[in-house]
Parts: sequence; structure tokens; C-alpha cells
Amino acid sequence: MTNLELQKTANEVRKGIVRAVHSAKAGHPGGSLSAADLFTYLYFEEMNIDPKNPKKEDRDRFVLSKGHTAPGLYSVLAHRGYFPVEELLTLRHLGSKLQGHPCMQETVGVDMSSGSLGQGLSAAVGMALAARMDGKEYRTYALLGDGEIQEGQIWEAAMFAGARKLDNLVVIVDNNGLQIDGKIEDVCSPYPIDKKFEAFNFHVINIDAHNFDEIRSAMKEARDTKGMPTAIIMKSTKGKGVSFMENNAGWHGKAPSDEEFAVAMADLEKIDEELKKAGE
Amino acid sequence: MADVKKIATRESYGNALAACGAKYPNLVVLDADLAGATKTGVFQKAFPDRHIDCGIAECNMTGIAAGLATCGKIPFISSFAMFAAGRNFEQVRNSIGYPHLNVKIGATHAGITVGEDGATHQCNEDVALMRTIPGMTVIVPADDVEARAAVEAAINHEGPVYLRFGRAAVPVINDNPDYKFEIGRGVVLKEGKDVTIVATGICVAEALAAAEKLAADGVDAEVINIHTIKPLDEELIVASAKKTGKVVTVEEHSVIGGLGSAVCDALCAKQPTQVCRIGINDTFGESGPAAALVVKYGLDAESIYAKTKEFMS
Repeated sequence: MTNLELQKTANEVRKGIVRAVHSAKAGHPGGSLSAADLFTYLYFEEMNIDPKNPKKEDRDRFVLSKGHTAPGLYSVLAHRGYFPVEELLTLRHLGSKLQGHPCMQETVGVDMSSGSLGQGLSAAVGMALAARMDGKEYRTYALLGDGEIQEGQIWEAAMFAGARKLDNLVVIVDNNGLQIDGKIEDVCSPYPIDKKFEAFNFHVINIDAHNFDEIRSAMKEARDTKGMPTAIIMKSTKGKGVSFMENNAGWHGKAPSDEEFAVAMADLEKIDEELKKAGE
Repeated sequence: MADVKKIATRESYGNALAACGAKYPNLVVLDADLAGATKTGVFQKAFPDRHIDCGIAECNMTGIAAGLATCGKIPFISSFAMFAAGRNFEQVRNSIGYPHLNVKIGATHAGITVGEDGATHQCNEDVALMRTIPGMTVIVPADDVEARAAVEAAINHEGPVYLRFGRAAVPVINDNPDYKFEIGRGVVLKEGKDVTIVATGICVAEALAAAEKLAADGVDAEVINIHTIKPLDEELIVASAKKTGKVVTVEEHSVIGGLGSAVCDALCAKQPTQVCRIGINDTFGESGPAAALVVKYGLDAESIYAKTKEFMS
């Protein structure tokens, strides 16, 4: 896909996030929107997957370690064809397949249940290890929050992945700089994030989370890196695309009112128009 | 009982894994720097490519096992019960229990018979923690024969299983050709009519010895070995309680949340019966030789005999 096509798709994914969270009257839009470009690139460009055969044995795996941003994952899965986009409106409703946090038994396309921060990376390491033990080519991707890496288990998993030289594992840190209680550096700074992963024997790449050229080249670099896992630290804007949510910790975990929803959708429609113009 | 063969169930765990390695190619074993103590070193030696030492990081080991299970492996994670169930509780609940992944938890060094290491390492709470997790099977083998059978049964059971093993050598009581292990099926070791003694794990041998002493006093005790605490063989326990009218439970675990609680849960709904729970009485353990601790904490045959007599009077 061209960058413009990816941008258009990512904007659709963002609309799906906003619609789902509005319909749920709860959920986590901020970190879903900050990672929307990454979700889009992984599912539309990078990963070897097949929505018609979601359990394909040799598929690449994705673990959403920052599981609260499930609306982002659900939206990209729906837009990629795993289930109807309309189903996004059932998010968090009683009886819905779209639970508040990812559930692999409920939602087609989800490779691992997650939501309790700090645990997903270990599961991704297990998947990468299984591929190596079986001599399989599939790769495993894990998306972490920058607040999430305050959890000690992340570093247990990172130490293991580095020590075992799991070069089929790509860790992505969504560095939007905000967590529930405020700025990550004010709460309990995880900086420098890149130096920490380097110290754990990762190949580290710093990128702009909203630049598809940089995402593309980082993913290629990760594939070309042998003998060590890769960590991509992507600097992002929390709430990206929705004016009043951008860089606002208050939008970590709350749903827009009907009025706010209208503004948010108008913001995203405007981006659509700009992208349309750019394509002309 | 000097001539009775004794073996620690942790030894049986390691031996059973090694014995099953060739038959089950998806079997993998994970340790957290305790392969020597959990006895999985035997498996490691035989199948080095399928043994993963995660270092001293039990929570990560649990998550890795979950990831391996999603890719078709049958992982056994091994550590002391204190860490496998205690430190790990939320990882077991959320990364294994909630997605109902096919991970087996081999928890060794359970209970006070850890001995000299003392209270920090004597886990008397693991069964209580594990049995609250939906879909978790909880097995506490009584001896070498049962422990080895339980390991293979766990491999063949789809879903998470918690297996509890001990550090100290215990008598082999199930060494007979008719012995059959079935998850969720209790075993009547001695029929009786005056009182039912329900025991689990290393307390089963002590309960049998206590029943002999009771017999000498004219008390005819029924002895039931409950190796599977969840799902509990409620039918067997209810039928026995109906027959004897009095139930004693014996376990090397807190009386809160373990076998005693599970039996009471079943009886209060189906056959209200007076129950005497013998176990660790809401206290921490301490350092000392395992055998001495068993006596001090009242889990030996003599104590079971005395408490049962008192309960019946």
C-alpha cells in the first residue's frame, strides 16, 4: 500500500475506535488513537496473516500487551475483514464478542488475551520461542505502552528475549508520554527507554509513530536484524487525530459525550478531505 | 513402617516428565532456576531442546508458557508452590486461566514439609488460590505412583492443571496392580461405617495409619484419598458422609480454602454433616526437620487419631 492508502485506512481505523468507544460509553480512546497508524501498518502491510484463515499455523502473531487499547485492535481487525465493521458498535456491551480487554476465545483474530499490564510481552516471547523450537518462519509482534513498561515483568521478558537472541520478536513501545495519573516522567519516569532496551540486548530503533516511511523502514530493519530482538520506540501523540483528545491524559480512559463525538468525527472527516486533496 | 518404600513426589514429577518426553513431542518443561530442586533436571538431561530455564523470573515463565501453549506446546512450568501459585497468582489467572490455555503448573515444595527453609518457603495457601480460578484442575498426589499417573493424566487433559508435589520422601501406598488414576475420581482406600476420613497428598498415608489405630479402639473409619481437589468427587464424599454421619478432613495446607473447605462446600449444600478440619490452622510454618514439623502441626497419624477420637466423643 502507498503511504496515502495507509493514511486513509488508518483514518478509517480511527473512526472505528471513536465510534466503538462512544457506543460503549467507556473505553480507552487515547492510546488506541496513538497506535492507530501502527495497527494499520501491521495488519495491512507487515504481518503474514489471512482473515479468512485466522488460525493459520504459520501466521505472524500479534500481542497487544497494552490490552486496554483493545478498540484500536478491534477496529483494525474489523477493517481488515476479520469481522463486520458494524460489530465495533457492540464494544463492551453485554454479550458482545468485543470484551473491554482482548479475549482470544471471544474475538476472531486475537492471538492472546491481555489487559493486565506487563503480561503480554512474556506471552509474545513464548510465541517467538515456539517458532524457533519448531523451525518456523513466523514472527511475533508485541505492542507495549510507555506507562506499561513500569511493570517489572516487562523487564523479565526483555532480559529473556535478549539473552535468547530472539530475532523473530519485535517489541513496539507506544511512547505517547501520558498515563492515567499524568506525564510518565512525572509519575515514574521510564526514560531513557531506548537505552534500557539496548542494555537488555535489543536492537533499538527510534521513530515517529505517525510517519509511515519511518514505520516501514523500522519494520524492514527489524527483519534484517539477526541475533537480537528489535525494539521500536515510537514517539506518538496520545489521542492522535481528534483535536480535543490530543496530548490530554484525561482521554486515556473515557468515552466522548454525544457532542464530543460529533466534534471527533468532524475532525476525522476533515482529515479524510485533506487526504483526498493530497491524492488529487 | 520401616520397610516401606519412600519417595518424594517431586522426584516422581521429574521422573514422569522424563518418561513422557518421547511419547509426547509437544511436551516442554520450564524452570525458574530450580531444575535441581523441582527434579525436572532429569527431563532436561534427556530432552535439552525442550527444557527452558527462564532464570529467577516466575511471572515471565508463566507468560512464556502461555505463549508456547497458544502455539500448540504442552508446557509444564516448575517452581516451588510459594512462587508457582503465590507470586504468580495473577499471571496464572489472567495469562493461563482466563484464556483457558493448556499449561500445567508443577508446584513442588508445597506445605510445611519444605522443612528447614522455614515459613517464607512453606506454602500452605496454594490450593486455596488455585481452586478459585475458573476452569483450573487442582491435583495433590499422595505418593510416587499417584504423582506419576497424575502427570500423564495432566498431559492428556486439555486445559490448565495445577499439580502439587512435596519435598520430603513419603511412603508408597498405591503400589498395586489395580490402581487407576482418574482426574476428579476419589479413591476409597478403606471402607468403614463410623467416620469418614478424607485426606489428600502426603496426609493420606498418615490417615491410613490413624485408621488402623482407630480400628484397635473399635472405631471403623472409612478412608478416602482425594487426589483431585477440583473438580471434587462430591458424589463419593456425600455418599460416605451419609453413611458415617461424621467427616474428618486432613491436609498439609491451611484449613482455610483447601480440601477441608472444598469438602464443607460440597456437604453444606448436599449433605449437611459435622466436619473436623485437620490442617494448618491459620498460621505460618517455621524451620525444622519435616518429620518434626508434621508432628508439631498435628498432621501425623497419632494426631489424626487423637483429633478424630475427640471429634467423635
